[in-house]
Amino acid sequence: MAETYRQLREYNNSFNILLVLHVVVIAIGLGAAFYMEHNGHVVTGMNNQVVWGLPHVFAIFLIVSASGALNLASASSVFSKLAYKRFARLSAILAIALLIGGLVVLLLDLGRPDRLIIAMTYYNFKSIFAWNIILYTGFITIVGIYLWTMMDKTVARFNKVAGWGAFVWRIILTTGTGSIFGFLVAREAYDAAIMAPLFISASFVYGMAFTVWVLITMCQATGHRLLTRDVSTKLRELFIIFIAAMLYFTAVQHLTNLYAAEHIGVERYILWSGSVFTWLFWVGHVFIGALLPLMILMKPDFGSSRVGLTSASILMLLGGMAHIYVIVIGGQSYPLSLFPGMEVTSTFQDGVFGTYMPTLPELLLGLAGVSIAMFIVGFALKILPFLPSPVEEDQ
Amino acid sequence: MISLKPDQIQPVAQNTNTNDGKIRDAKTREDSSRREFLKGSAAALALAPGMTLFAYGEAGAKPAAQAVTNKSRWGLLIDAAKFSDADVDACVKACQDENGWRDNGRPLTDAQWIRRVNLKNKKTEEKFSLPMMCQHCAEPPCVDVCPTGASFKRKDGIVLVDKHICIGCRYCMMACPYKARSFVHEHVEDQKEHAPRGIGTVESCTMCVHLVDEGKQPACVKAAPRGGMVFGDLNDKSSKLAQLIKSVATQQVRADLNLDPGVRYRNI
Ligand code: SF4
Ligand code: SF4
Repeated sequence: MAETYRQLREYNNSFNILLVLHVVVIAIGLGAAFYMEHNGHVVTGMNNQVVWGLPHVFAIFLIVSASGALNLASASSVFSKLAYKRFARLSAILAIALLIGGLVVLLLDLGRPDRLIIAMTYYNFKSIFAWNIILYTGFITIVGIYLWTMMDKTVARFNKVAGWGAFVWRIILTTGTGSIFGFLVAREAYDAAIMAPLFISASFVYGMAFTVWVLITMCQATGHRLLTRDVSTKLRELFIIFIAAMLYFTAVQHLTNLYAAEHIGVERYILWSGSVFTWLFWVGHVFIGALLPLMILMKPDFGSSRVGLTSASILMLLGGMAHIYVIVIGGQSYPLSLFPGMEVTSTFQDGVFGTYMPTLPELLLGLAGVSIAMFIVGFALKILPFLPSPVEEDQ
Repeated sequence: MISLKPDQIQPVAQNTNTNDGKIRDAKTREDSSRREFLKGSAAALALAPGMTLFAYGEAGAKPAAQAVTNKSRWGLLIDAAKFSDADVDACVKACQDENGWRDNGRPLTDAQWIRRVNLKNKKTEEKFSLPMMCQHCAEPPCVDVCPTGASFKRKDGIVLVDKHICIGCRYCMMACPYKARSFVHEHVEDQKEHAPRGIGTVESCTMCVHLVDEGKQPACVKAAPRGGMVFGDLNDKSSKLAQLIKSVATQQVRADLNLDPGVRYRNI
């Protein structure tokens, strides 16, 4: 019984309404992307100093979450934690969906999204960005194969291999995503090897938060119980460990930066200058995204209840957005140091903190990425047996 | 006037501009293995209607005698002591006139291929200004990170963006330590035929490659005060540039990054 899956057949109206809502958000987001492409990035808040804006925040957030969404599947296949096996399929399809959502946003925010074919045929193999494109397509393929081995008995014997493959690939993928920043030698906020482990630990938190959010939404939609008390308690404990790991790497990142004299300026800017990033870091990332969920999760009963897990997950996701925003936008906003020891000014924002105010179309495009992911999952659940079958109330 | 429709990729038939061809001619690229790969992928691309392939054709190639080689490495020496604010602005204006970029009154998003940077030494309080543009690095991070290879370095050291394969990801802007690149945020009009620009792509100082290829000096060099900027071949020991660099104290901006810029400074 513990291993049976179901296709989503019976559900209440809220599920349909949710799907329609996602379609609407996607349509609006695509419209926003068209508007931005038609007019150029001048209608966004992005500029020549802050060149990556809110769409990149969403895209990176989704891509990082995608790899973390695979946690439950990896736990069952790679680490033989059978309790999670029931969620393996959902976890895998969610991983694929989140990645696609993120990639769509990334693509539509290009200056020339119409040149997708060029992006896919011209490779500069020195570029970590080009490698990431390969890592992303590879991830979708490998997790797809992994899903197949879970669902088709004739290939089930490859399940373990595919599970390992997907696990190793996701670690490389998140390392690759983190390295996009790690390679930017002149950007002081990013010049750190810690970027990769930081992204991996963050991916565990955000990916799991998405998984739990989807699971609980499906409990709501089907009116069934999908999580046993035992699993809820385990999820609660996993969250605590993952949040602690993320906080640890965040602390290491900033402490090592503070130790290097040339990075003190950017650390001061982010951590205690009172800039918008200071608030997002302490209130958004640390308090809302980590401490508050920890407080909820530390209460054994409430922390493993549906309300407790849902609210903790939503808080982690909000905090996650703040986290990536501080990394992506905050890091760019801090001026490059061209002439150390000099006061620098120019008409090109040299020597000043770069300003960036996201505009509505950027937000709409980003939200569309989330909706694309959620719609793919919802749709997949309807056509294939991905959902764990319900458990008895008092299990 | 050219028949370029602003911002558009030019279909093969419409573009007869040989200068363009020179700039983008794959023969000039440093990495010949990549060139072979690109040629291979061109066949696949032919299936996509409207896709430009001429960049890799032979039509616009330079005569063999003038082919871009790594014998020369073009560079500049800028003497900050010779520039007043107005002198720098004259260079900026000359670049705008030559290459067709302009101030639209939107300083956050307007392209700036060359800019005036005002400096004040924190210790001595001494103030001065200098022109800053793409430093044409020998080890250019912008080229390393570019996913499509649109950012490339010619054999003679000039770093350019192939506007036809730039997808506008802006990773090169993140990577450039000198803030030398601009993203084209809006539609552009009145392009110069030798300096194609396009919305949604990235651009930067080309060292007036179209003039250099004709044996002339970049526009900013001509506009600079006497001796303010010296253009020449860093590899040619007898050139004025190479001799100056040997005999006077010169600096590379952010020399600690080891990018070996082709643009050098004096009296910073
Ligand atoms: S200055 Fe910037 S744009 Fe120019 S070659 Fe160096 S890294 Fe590239
Ligand atoms: S914006 Fe264009 S030139 Fe710059 S890295 Fe991206 S594709 Fe290359």
